[in-house]
Amino acid sequence: MPKQFEILYREELVPKTVLFNVYAPLAARAMQAGQFIILRVTEKGERIPISISGWDSEKGTVRIILMAAGRTSTEATLLQVGDCFQDIVGPLGRRSHVEELPGTVVVIGGGYGTGAILPTARDMKALGNKVIGIIGARSDNLLLLEDEMSDICDEVFITTNDGSKGIQGFVTHALEQIVNRETVSYVLAVGPVPMMKAVSEMTRPLKIQTWVSLNAIMVDGTGMCGACRCTVGDKTRFACIHGPDFNGHEVDFAELVARQKMFLKEEKIAMDALKIEEVA
Amino acid sequence: MNTLKPKERMQIQRNEMPEQKPEERVHNFNEVPLGFDPEMAVLEATRCLDCKKPECIAGCPVGIDIPGFLNKIVDQDFAGAAAKIRETNFLPAICGRVCPQDQQCELVCIVGRKNKPVSIGYLERFVSDYERDNGIRTTPEVAPPTGHSMAVVGSGPAGLTAAYELRKRGHEVTVFEAFHRGGGVLVYGIPRFRLPLEVIDEDIRTLEEMGVKFQYDAIVGKSMTLDELMGPEFGFSSIFLGTGAGLPKMLGIKGENLNGIYSANEYLTRIYMMGALHFPEYVTPIHQGAKVGVIGAGNTAMDVARTAKRMGAEVTVYYRRSREEAPARKEELRHATEEFINFKFLTNPVEFIGDENYTLKAIKCEVMTLAEPDESGRRKPIGTGEFFTEDVDTVVFSLGCNVNPIIAEATPELKTDKWGVVSADRGTLETSKKGVFAGGDIITGGAKVITAMGQAKIAAQAMHDYVMSLEMETA
Ligand SMILES: Cc1cc2nc3c(=O)[nH]c(=O)nc-3n(C[C@H](O)[C@H](O)[C@H](O)COP(=O)(O)OP(=O)(O)OC[C@H]3O[C@@H](n4cnc5c(N)ncnc54)[C@H](O)[C@@H]3O)c2cc1C
Ligand SMILES: Cc1cc2nc3c(=O)[nH]c(=O)nc-3n(C[C@H](O)[C@H](O)[C@H](O)COP(=O)(O)OP(=O)(O)OC[C@H]3O[C@@H](n4cnc5c(N)ncnc54)[C@H](O)[C@@H]3O)c2cc1C
Ligand code: SF4
Ligand code: FES
Repeated sequence: MPKQFEILYREELVPKTVLFNVYAPLAARAMQAGQFIILRVTEKGERIPISISGWDSEKGTVRIILMAAGRTSTEATLLQVGDCFQDIVGPLGRRSHVEELPGTVVVIGGGYGTGAILPTARDMKALGNKVIGIIGARSDNLLLLEDEMSDICDEVFITTNDGSKGIQGFVTHALEQIVNRETVSYVLAVGPVPMMKAVSEMTRPLKIQTWVSLNAIMVDGTGMCGACRCTVGDKTRFACIHGPDFNGHEVDFAELVARQKMFLKEEKIAMDALKIEEVA
Repeated sequence: MNTLKPKERMQIQRNEMPEQKPEERVHNFNEVPLGFDPEMAVLEATRCLDCKKPECIAGCPVGIDIPGFLNKIVDQDFAGAAAKIRETNFLPAICGRVCPQDQQCELVCIVGRKNKPVSIGYLERFVSDYERDNGIRTTPEVAPPTGHSMAVVGSGPAGLTAAYELRKRGHEVTVFEAFHRGGGVLVYGIPRFRLPLEVIDEDIRTLEEMGVKFQYDAIVGKSMTLDELMGPEFGFSSIFLGTGAGLPKMLGIKGENLNGIYSANEYLTRIYMMGALHFPEYVTPIHQGAKVGVIGAGNTAMDVARTAKRMGAEVTVYYRRSREEAPARKEELRHATEEFINFKFLTNPVEFIGDENYTLKAIKCEVMTLAEPDESGRRKPIGTGEFFTEDVDTVVFSLGCNVNPIIAEATPELKTDKWGVVSADRGTLETSKKGVFAGGDIITGGAKVITAMGQAKIAAQAMHDYVMSLEMETA
């Protein structure tokens, strides 16, 4: 039997972005699409929220994709097969909204968000919906999980900012083509805030049901602290227990972006401390 | 044996607890009261009149045999004194530090009618510290196995007490805790200068020695439902819910989500449970400016204010009523005042003002006045229409908590009121779901450590009776 939180598989998908399969049976046993876990790398470490891109309840494993953004995510990506995370707790948050719909379902992923939308895409497909995937990246060599998206979705659009693959530009360019071509009933976008915001702006006048997964800063992930609070529809909501998915047309994105920067100064200090440790 | 006559005992003055000086202690996180030494403890215990009808026992929510343990201190049998307390209270080192004795046992102590009451709390702390410091604590006895296993959800004072009471009766016990460590509010709320970690960890270790299993990183209601816990996969006969309150109430005023505004839970969790006071050795950050405002005047607010002071800020407490109405323990208010915390009473925050980066810059308050007492005798604060604005870098609000919705959402049969407080039978503390019992802040919406413990004891007894009667049914 694997050890608690042991890494069973590791793959660097693109530079600085690593996929892990981890033994975490309590997190895996009841996981649902759209939920997330919180992990710690060391005993003195920070708790960071990470989306789930797949799981196996029988084997007790969860699959996560980590992008080295700062101190903790960088430390995490350095772990190897056989190493253990200090903690993994989940499932957290609510299941993504799924339903049988008359029109097309479009799931959009940017960066690690591509992993996060896979389980929802699969659930939507299982309900009999037509599902189109859009994955975006700066460049060809940074695209994630293209094959898996193609397996699940009826069609996949690729966008790259530099035009090295698929449509040149942003995911919204692909979305525009789709909405011009057919009736879209549902959009889910997970990724960087500017992307989720742009998608929501685009679908608002079209009145398309649009969900975004809010990557607010979190501590406990269980509703206890309020660190993750966001303004949605003029109300304060906690991303960890009321979300992470919210109606994109009601989210105050400017506030979310600002709140993500709350600890900028300290994050740099923590990152520098890691570099010093590495040198030593 | 106490050889002094009652009159002589009444003449001994209460031994004041030596404390760190305010100028020193605002620069460290060590405990403020330094503790009694054995001589002081014996002398203080000698003050007890060993009453025929001890009022103090009636005043203690769990009915500790107070004169019983004080007599053992007089006889210098400190281990015996600790054992005496543990007959009724599993967590004396914690209760000795955080219980509001001035509102409980010491409030009604007979000596207090003419002189200052016996320092029951400090003596409770003394004997349990003596035990720990001298490594003479023994593992409590466990009854022969009953063949039942019990699930305890949450590892705050309610959960720890339930685990102890159930294990003692011979049941297998597993504690499920959402966090990566045990203790609940004792760890993530109450500051280290009031309750050191070693104290809590020693109690958890004792439970482990008794054979209680701890499953951390386990969120009941998300990882598994209550039915699954009592089903074939987990096989628990009964469940105790001690998941606390822990959903911070918001102010509901403009600007409440600006950067620089924390709930008390977030602020204290970052600093104590996650270790931000040792940042960057501990990786979790806290971002705090030079001027910190604290909203509210309960115990939690005092804990925040005193913490912020130790983190180097100039601290002001804003409270909409006057000092007399402040809900904090008198000792906490005194400590905070001694530690150079500013108080602005009769001021009600109405808006937070930020800059273009959503960063808090100032707080706008209304000056309040107190109305004539209403039927309940409480004087309601009313606005005067006069406002002022002050610069502030960080604000921490402490307005109490609602009950966390996770378990109730996953368990439709579990009845709650509109604030999420779980309903439980008064006598047994059984919830509306069969086999599931509850105690602590989850059924009160927020009370005290000792109330949580008292309820856990009642529930554990009822759980024991419940599983034993199940056996009778099947036999
Ligand atoms: C629901 C949810 C799902 C997420 N899923 C993934 C995922 O699948 N893969 C992935 O790589 N990342 C994911 N993230 C983002 C990830 O949590 C942050 O990148 C990570 O916390 C950064 O921590 P750090 O110490 O490495 O970087 P830091 O240097 O601390 O921060 C870099 C940036 O990350 C954000 N951040 C920092 N601390 C936290 C925190 N405790 N919680 C949330 N955000 C924080 C801030 O905006 C910050 O500016 C998710 C976030 C949320 C809320
Ligand atoms: C800052 C502060 C200071 C205080 N000071 C005092 C004081 O001086 N004296 C006093 O008597 N009282 C004080 N109190 C109140 C006292 O701490 C509480 O009344 C007491 O801790 C309640 O105990 P509990 O066991 O019910 O809940 P908690 O202590 O809240 O413990 C609940 C535990 O359950 C866990 N949990 C929650 N949901 C789940 C789930 N779904 N699955 C698994 N685990 C879960 C939580 O993580 C937590 O560890 C203070 C409170 C605060 C916040
Ligand atoms: S009421 Fe006071 S004097 Fe009487 S038994 Fe209790 S502690 Fe002793
Ligand atoms: S992360 Fe603490 S309430 Fe959401």
